[in-house]
Amino acid sequence: MLTDNKIVSSLRQAYGETLVQLGAENKNIVVLDADLACSTQTIQFKKAFPERFFNMGVAEQDAIGTAAGLAYSGKTAFFSTFAVFASGRAWDQVRCSVAYPKFDVKIVATHGGVTVGEDGATHQALEDISLMRSLPNMKVIIPADSVETKAVIRYIAENKGPYYVRLTRPAMPEIFDAKKYKFDMKAKVLVEGKDITIATYGETVVEALKCAEMLKEKGISAEIINVPVIKPLDEETILKSARKTGAVLTVENHSIIGGLGSAVCELLAENQPLPVKRVGVRDVFGQSGEYTELMKKYGLVAEKFIEDAMQLIEKK
Amino acid sequence: MSEIKQLNDTELKELTGLSYKLREKCLTMIHNVQSGHPGGTFSALDLILVLYKKIISQCNEWTCSPQWDKRDRFVLSKGHASAGLYAVLAECGYFCDDELMSFRKLGARLQGHPSCNCVPGVEIPAGSLGQGLSMANGIALSLKLDKNPAKVFVMMGDGELQEGQVWEAAMSCAHYKLNNVIAVIDRNRLQIDGCTEDIKALEPLADKWRAFGWDVLSVNGHDFQQIYQAYQVAVNITNEKNKPIIIIADTIKGKGVSFMENNAGWHGKATKEEEFTKAVEELRGKC
Repeated sequence: MLTDNKIVSSLRQAYGETLVQLGAENKNIVVLDADLACSTQTIQFKKAFPERFFNMGVAEQDAIGTAAGLAYSGKTAFFSTFAVFASGRAWDQVRCSVAYPKFDVKIVATHGGVTVGEDGATHQALEDISLMRSLPNMKVIIPADSVETKAVIRYIAENKGPYYVRLTRPAMPEIFDAKKYKFDMKAKVLVEGKDITIATYGETVVEALKCAEMLKEKGISAEIINVPVIKPLDEETILKSARKTGAVLTVENHSIIGGLGSAVCELLAENQPLPVKRVGVRDVFGQSGEYTELMKKYGLVAEKFIEDAMQLIEKK
Repeated sequence: MSEIKQLNDTELKELTGLSYKLREKCLTMIHNVQSGHPGGTFSALDLILVLYKKIISQCNEWTCSPQWDKRDRFVLSKGHASAGLYAVLAECGYFCDDELMSFRKLGARLQGHPSCNCVPGVEIPAGSLGQGLSMANGIALSLKLDKNPAKVFVMMGDGELQEGQVWEAAMSCAHYKLNNVIAVIDRNRLQIDGCTEDIKALEPLADKWRAFGWDVLSVNGHDFQQIYQAYQVAVNITNEKNKPIIIIADTIKGKGVSFMENNAGWHGKATKEEEFTKAVEELRGKC
């Protein structure tokens, strides 16, 4: 499933391209944006199908409502803006106009997490997964690279109902082999191990893979799980791994409150209580900075969370 | 442009009688469960009634789906007037009259604020104010993509206009030249905490909508002849022009029950036994 092609590619670019392909295949697909079409790459769809693209201006609440109306009328409505606005600014609209009636609205939010970089705290969504995960009927997915992004976007277009998908701002190294990768809403064990489970998604998957190599040199066998779907959580895969290794480290570009770390804690507390450590942004707002520096600052790189992993193993 | 029709005396009498009969039903629904919103239901009722009985094209053969493609759509944005919508829908045969008494009860389809997943005739969910116009716009955009000539009627309360999303949607509707949207404001001038003009003033309301690129009509929201004509004029104008239109209907909160009229206290309160008896007596006297 993994590739070693060393290509770095943009998830947003992959999203835009996939939208154009889907738009050609399905006349019912419409796309809305809130004045960020160049950033989110919905601009590609606008160029290909201008009559099915609606720029709603800087008005996210109205955009969600309009997407809901289009979806109610039989369209599959994609809406994109930055994650912080899609999830926070329009949360009640997502709740009442999309999630409650189960309308076919796909919120594809770009610029998630601290990797937004220099724009700083107001633009860094660190609570979006928490906000979206708490809504009934809402499914939450975060792809790790452009290959997974393409598969996820195609999947949500073909499956009815509300979805929240978060994409990264920076381009990411390709992890998956496009020929072999298949998205099926499940978590996937990327590296098998027996001493510790590291569960992660998005930008930090590549860091977790790095961490596994570093731990191997210390004689520690880490199992790496990619969990692109935070809700519904693939409980079986995570529990199976946790029972095998006896300790779970979660790593995410999100607050430690309400994201994957919380979801895993909820699962384990009810089914298999064992040592867990949540790596993420620890209940603070982000700040400006180059994104790789921010990743280091918040402990989201292998060199940092390897220490968390070592400490966690000692607790077993 | 279609000729503007007038209601004849028989139609006028029928609508008047029906409006009080339905008010009694709404009042009973609310009294029965000791919760609900009589004030805003009664101010909106005549506008909803004329729309369903005289204006919107709907499927009248009940073997055929309420989701009939060519129907005009009605979006109730002020979801707390749900009792009024349910009573009118039942009157039009969307579901059985008996179901009205399940309103707001555990397991009922007739939720306190409308859910669209289970009730025939309810197009969209409502309850959190300010969201209906955006959804109406989405429906209108979809109709245009599909070259479907149906119209989208959307009713908002006046207090609801304090929500910022309404004005985002007002801009969108004009920007996309959605001449298939006809909005109605139930301008009863009261909101939960008092007069709209004291809480946060809406006036000059018509000027605001005009400035946002809408045509505006004003009517007395309890004069059936005026309501009927305004709807027809609105349909005509939208057919001629590339812009949306709004009908600002002056209404009376609690209309029909004298002790409820123009009293904000009846926004979200059920009647006590004695009040109920008195109100029913008054409504029956007007049928």
